[in-house]
Amino acid sequence: MTIAQPTRPLPAKRRFTRKQRRLTLIAMAGAVLSLAAGLVLFAMRDTIVFFYGPTEITEKGVLPGTRMRLGGLVEAGSVQRSDGKRVTFAVTDGKTSIKVGYDGLLPDLFREGQGVVTEGVFEGAGRFKADSVLAKHDETYMPREVADTLKKQGHWQPGAAGAPAAPPAKP
Amino acid sequence: MIVEIGHYALALALGVSVIQAVVPFWGVFRQDRTLASVGSSAALVSFALVALSFAALVTSYVRSDFSVGNVVANSHSAQPLIYKLTSVWGNHEGSMLLWVLILTLFGALVALSRRSLPPRLRAGALAAQGLVAVAFLAFTLLTSNPFQRLSPVPAEGQDLNPILQDLGLAIHPPLLYVGYVGFSITYAFAVAALIDGRIDAMWARAVRPWTLLAWTFLTLGIAMGSYWAYYELGWGGWWFWDPVENASFMPWLAGTALIHSTVVMEKRDALKVWTILLAILTFSLSLLGTFIVRSGVLTSVHSFATDPARGLFILLILIFFVGGSLALFAWRAPLLRQGGLFAPVSRESALVVNNVFLATACATVFVGTLYPLLLEMVTGDKISVGPPFYNATFVPVMVPLLLILPLGQSLAWKRGDLLGAAQRNAMAFGIAVLAALALLFFTRGGPVLAPLGVGLGIFLVLAAGFDLGERIMMRASGWRAMLSRARGLPRSAWGTAFAHAGIGLSIIGIAAQAWSTEAITVLKPGERLTSGRYTIVLEGMSPRSGPNFRAEVARFRVFSGDRELAPVEASKRVYTARSMPTTEAGIRTDGLSQAYVSLGEAQDGGVAVRLYDKPLILLIWIGSLVMALGGGLSLTDRRFRLAAPKRAAPTAAAPQPAE
Repeated sequence: MTIAQPTRPLPAKRRFTRKQRRLTLIAMAGAVLSLAAGLVLFAMRDTIVFFYGPTEITEKGVLPGTRMRLGGLVEAGSVQRSDGKRVTFAVTDGKTSIKVGYDGLLPDLFREGQGVVTEGVFEGAGRFKADSVLAKHDETYMPREVADTLKKQGHWQPGAAGAPAAPPAKP
Repeated sequence: MIVEIGHYALALALGVSVIQAVVPFWGVFRQDRTLASVGSSAALVSFALVALSFAALVTSYVRSDFSVGNVVANSHSAQPLIYKLTSVWGNHEGSMLLWVLILTLFGALVALSRRSLPPRLRAGALAAQGLVAVAFLAFTLLTSNPFQRLSPVPAEGQDLNPILQDLGLAIHPPLLYVGYVGFSITYAFAVAALIDGRIDAMWARAVRPWTLLAWTFLTLGIAMGSYWAYYELGWGGWWFWDPVENASFMPWLAGTALIHSTVVMEKRDALKVWTILLAILTFSLSLLGTFIVRSGVLTSVHSFATDPARGLFILLILIFFVGGSLALFAWRAPLLRQGGLFAPVSRESALVVNNVFLATACATVFVGTLYPLLLEMVTGDKISVGPPFYNATFVPVMVPLLLILPLGQSLAWKRGDLLGAAQRNAMAFGIAVLAALALLFFTRGGPVLAPLGVGLGIFLVLAAGFDLGERIMMRASGWRAMLSRARGLPRSAWGTAFAHAGIGLSIIGIAAQAWSTEAITVLKPGERLTSGRYTIVLEGMSPRSGPNFRAEVARFRVFSGDRELAPVEASKRVYTARSMPTTEAGIRTDGLSQAYVSLGEAQDGGVAVRLYDKPLILLIWIGSLVMALGGGLSLTDRRFRLAAPKRAAPTAAAPQPAE
């Protein structure tokens, strides 16, 4: 055990030197930045969501109960509605398909045979409970992840998502 | 013919911009005044040429000249005139032309500005601005030429993307671009100062109006975009922390920091190196935003089809301007004379704290936006970073900043009195705490953070108001004296108060969204749906046709409790040219709140209906308008209209508490 040495009393109004001020400033900036870095690292652990295609779910062994994004094509003839807002449809990459249940209104450009990205929870056994279906602004737009998923399974036709590129002024 | 003139003018503008970029630099280097002053005339000519080119494109759109590929892809002869006009920038090529138009407009404004700028600074800034113009003119001409002719000529156009056929989106891009591109001027001035190797309060005074102008327009542009997304997309959201939204939000955060740091530089001749760096970073973030939006490397809810070749070109532009200016900064910044010292408790220290927090907040958004890209490159995993991430990072950084904002606002320059500042804000704080506690009590069982957020907003609004009130009433007796004091207060003091109160109003609106409710069901005529305070009754459905669409319109009666509000119509439209459906939400404004109705698919005699109760939501955008008004008021401050002081003899920091 040590006893703190009594320090020399400071003058009542001490003037900071330039160096000390700079150090104070750097210390403050460092504190705020490291706090933010800590928050970012902490948030990265449980707020980010992985994207998987239907086949990847089994390939990567996604555990039931995982929150994720699922993307692929809406399988033709799979869309079923019951009591108004309950919708089920299948998302496929040509090899595997996953049954998606969703309570809510589908976006305008949701169509069978077209690309879709949904976010929700994988329930296991090829079932997925979506809480949002991402909309797109342009019917020729294919989300990049979906295009990659289809390419991986060899079901990508270039030009299928294409025609005249018409990005808007919305930056 | 007109089309070819437009194309030719654009190519000429590129040539003139090369002159604008090269000759003044050479003039500065050779100490030749005549050469250095070429930049001004080149900037004016370049603007005139781009304006001619833009006018040519507008003419083709108005005349529905379907021999032009760009017009065919984005316009239709049946479109109303206003949307024919806005189609010009409702597509990639046209919006790049608008980008370049605004870029050269700013160059021309700098050339024309009567403020006595040191010739070397003006020449350097115009040259740097010219270089940016060269890059973007080349980009437009090489990858995104809007003047491409088509043969054979189609009989009809493919129409503008229906969700862009909207007044909100008509004015959103020009506003946003003035903001985005406006920061190129501060960037150009920073580069010029680095080349010149000297910087002083006068530089800050020259740059500040441009920063304020860009910031004000960026604020309006972001607010307009957010309101558009809210009412046009039909799902009631107003901000999604989406890459495309963050792309405009990052320059806004950095620009806000820049506005505050230039004040310190102007008043206290300090914080110079940081301000230069911030000016470079702000425009770099604008360029990054352009890259994110144009390349489609990040998946966004606002994405449209994109072209990878364009993305690569913009990436090269980005690397050149960011890398080049940062290298210049590393080389020349040590030459800049260090600024003055300042006391730990003072207005300037508070502004430093503001900058630290804003820069950190901007960094969290940066990480959240680009981390998915980095991770995919490294591991191949695809992830998305959504609102929970930003709630856990951005919000905790911003809240302390906003809490201490009123303190900084009432500290004096040079040596502040922390206790005094705290006392001056005690009343506002007390009222805000009481309001938050009362709200907590009345909304027991509801979200806890919402009342605290509303309390924070009230604190900011009251503190801004009280601060202004105190200055008006200081040493003044009688309303006549107060009125004259109010008139005598610098406009920038009004600007500060409005901008800070605007943030407060927006925060109240944002926090109140925690109480918003949603209900979805299938309604048949005569049936009702209730969500929160609002009830709607479906009266009936009827078809209707517009100039270039067919619509199925549902009419609703709207009740708030027992009180009947005006009826509302929501519809599903199908635009015939693209056979693309859109949802037009029905919105009934009730005070500051809104009842928001949107339609789903029609099914067995009924239609799926979604009803939201959006309490106080209008405050989000009213707050943004008030913020922009604050920016505008500061812009009209006397000191920007008067001739600036002579170089090397900066006026002593005026003790007047502005900003």
